[in-house]
Amino acid sequence: MRNFLFIFGKEVRSYLNSPVAFVVITIFTALTGYYFYNIFASFSTISYQAQTDPSVATQFGALNVTEMVVRPFFGIVSVVMLFMLPMLTMRSFAEEKKSGTMELLLTFPVRDSEAILGKFAGCMGIFAVMLALTFPSVALVGVFGAPEWGVVASGYVGLLLMGGAFVALGIFMSSLTENQVVAAALSFASLLILYMVGYSAGFAGEQVARALEYLSFDVHFQNFAKGVLDTSDLTYYLLFTILFLFLSMRSLESKRWRG
Amino acid sequence: MIEVERLTKTYGPARGITDISFSVEKGEILGFLGPNGAGKTTTMRILTCFMSATSGSAKIAGFDVFEDALAARRQIGYLPETVPLYTDMQVPVYLRFVAGLKGVPYRQIKIRVEEVMERVGLTHMAHKYIGELSKGYRQRVGLAQALVNDPQVLILDEPTIGLDPKQIIEIRSLIKGLQGERTIILSSHILPEISMIAGRVVIIDEGRIKAMDTPDNLIKRLRGAGKTMVRLTGPREKVLSSLRQINGVAQVEAADDAGTAAAAGLYMVEFANGQNAAHKIARAAAENHWDLYELTPVKMSLEDIFIRIVTEEEASA
Repeated sequence: MRNFLFIFGKEVRSYLNSPVAFVVITIFTALTGYYFYNIFASFSTISYQAQTDPSVATQFGALNVTEMVVRPFFGIVSVVMLFMLPMLTMRSFAEEKKSGTMELLLTFPVRDSEAILGKFAGCMGIFAVMLALTFPSVALVGVFGAPEWGVVASGYVGLLLMGGAFVALGIFMSSLTENQVVAAALSFASLLILYMVGYSAGFAGEQVARALEYLSFDVHFQNFAKGVLDTSDLTYYLLFTILFLFLSMRSLESKRWRG
Repeated sequence: MIEVERLTKTYGPARGITDISFSVEKGEILGFLGPNGAGKTTTMRILTCFMSATSGSAKIAGFDVFEDALAARRQIGYLPETVPLYTDMQVPVYLRFVAGLKGVPYRQIKIRVEEVMERVGLTHMAHKYIGELSKGYRQRVGLAQALVNDPQVLILDEPTIGLDPKQIIEIRSLIKGLQGERTIILSSHILPEISMIAGRVVIIDEGRIKAMDTPDNLIKRLRGAGKTMVRLTGPREKVLSSLRQINGVAQVEAADDAGTAAAAGLYMVEFANGQNAAHKIARAAAENHWDLYELTPVKMSLEDIFIRIVTEEEASA
């Protein structure tokens, strides 16, 4: 626990000492803010039109601020995460390998699991800040309308869990190589495939389609965005995270054997 | 304190180490000597649990580096050859991080870091980021991180490589100053350095131990086969033949062709193993009424011994 805290502290510190975290947080906030503005603005336009022409409202189903602003906004946030989180995780082990600091880290009396969890937690800390910075947008919806706060809460839980899975996979990819660009490319590609794999379900056989949907990040996230907390979605993200943290441990261990 | 038995590590067909065995007593300084790629770093990496061996065993302070890696690592301060440090951290911040990971009690971390910075002469660099430091100061930070938990065993891989002569002297005396309290293994390919610091030398080449002894003994052991330089007057052919007849002389060569009855010539005399027949040369010179000007044993430096051991092995292989 002690070692975990020291590594966590060091990770957060080195994120804040480098421009990486600030650049990633800024871009993330700017992009999500921009999309939020578009979603919110188009919703208010539609609402105006609906005042004069009720048929517009029926065209979109009910004019519900949760359904039409909060939910698409969470979808956008998850896509931006897909792009930005690999840039946060790519350095975690690749940089230590490249600069050789890994040799010292692995000869300190620290368990591999403590090192990995410390790095994971450090990255999650920065991610949590990113996520928290999107909340003012959602709060703004609360100022002008009445979103369902339960859905907001479950959406954030979903984003946090999905982020955990992204970070775990990113750390694993980073443990495979000493090149940060390779680590980022590998994480981004695998995340994108897992995000979109559900789209193939439409033209696959019934069994395969179910499997593909179950594998998809997006399909699981839709439930959270709707406000549905399903244990199968929770398990999916948690197992995914644990699996990749475990694989990272194996990857570090194999380094000792291969030399 | 350190016991290594039949340690073998194979990577590819050519590299690695074979059957390395040695032990180091508490308070001893052991020097690893060998050309680049001889297996010094590999051996150290196994001792520090960074790598595992293919076979064999190693114990640090009684803890097996494979079975009890965490406990073994707690006893060790390690300075890798490249001195890998986090360049984006300030010196004391980095040292506090290392102290924390090495299990220094929380309340003592600050004091320990100050002590160790003072010891290696870093106190005036406290506000600097590691990335801003010169190579010599980075080396000190590297030593400081190795010392911060006051470990019983220090493993230093080429601690003076890439430093300027002044820094080399400073780091050496720093290491020398640690003797007595700790068991130290250090590697180098600079021979005078090893003979200066280490109490015992292990010569490694191509992954095998070629020789292990104190620097003095290594020199002594090979002294018998060492050469003596003789300068005397006398007809060259006569001098050569009479010197060759002396019991205990293995070989005589004329080193120049100046030797005549009037002028002194230079000869190299090699004694048979373990013998020194210098006095017999003097006697022979006196009996023949040759003027003896010089009778000097050619001291073999560790460098010569090293080359000799390494090349002898190659010749017999």
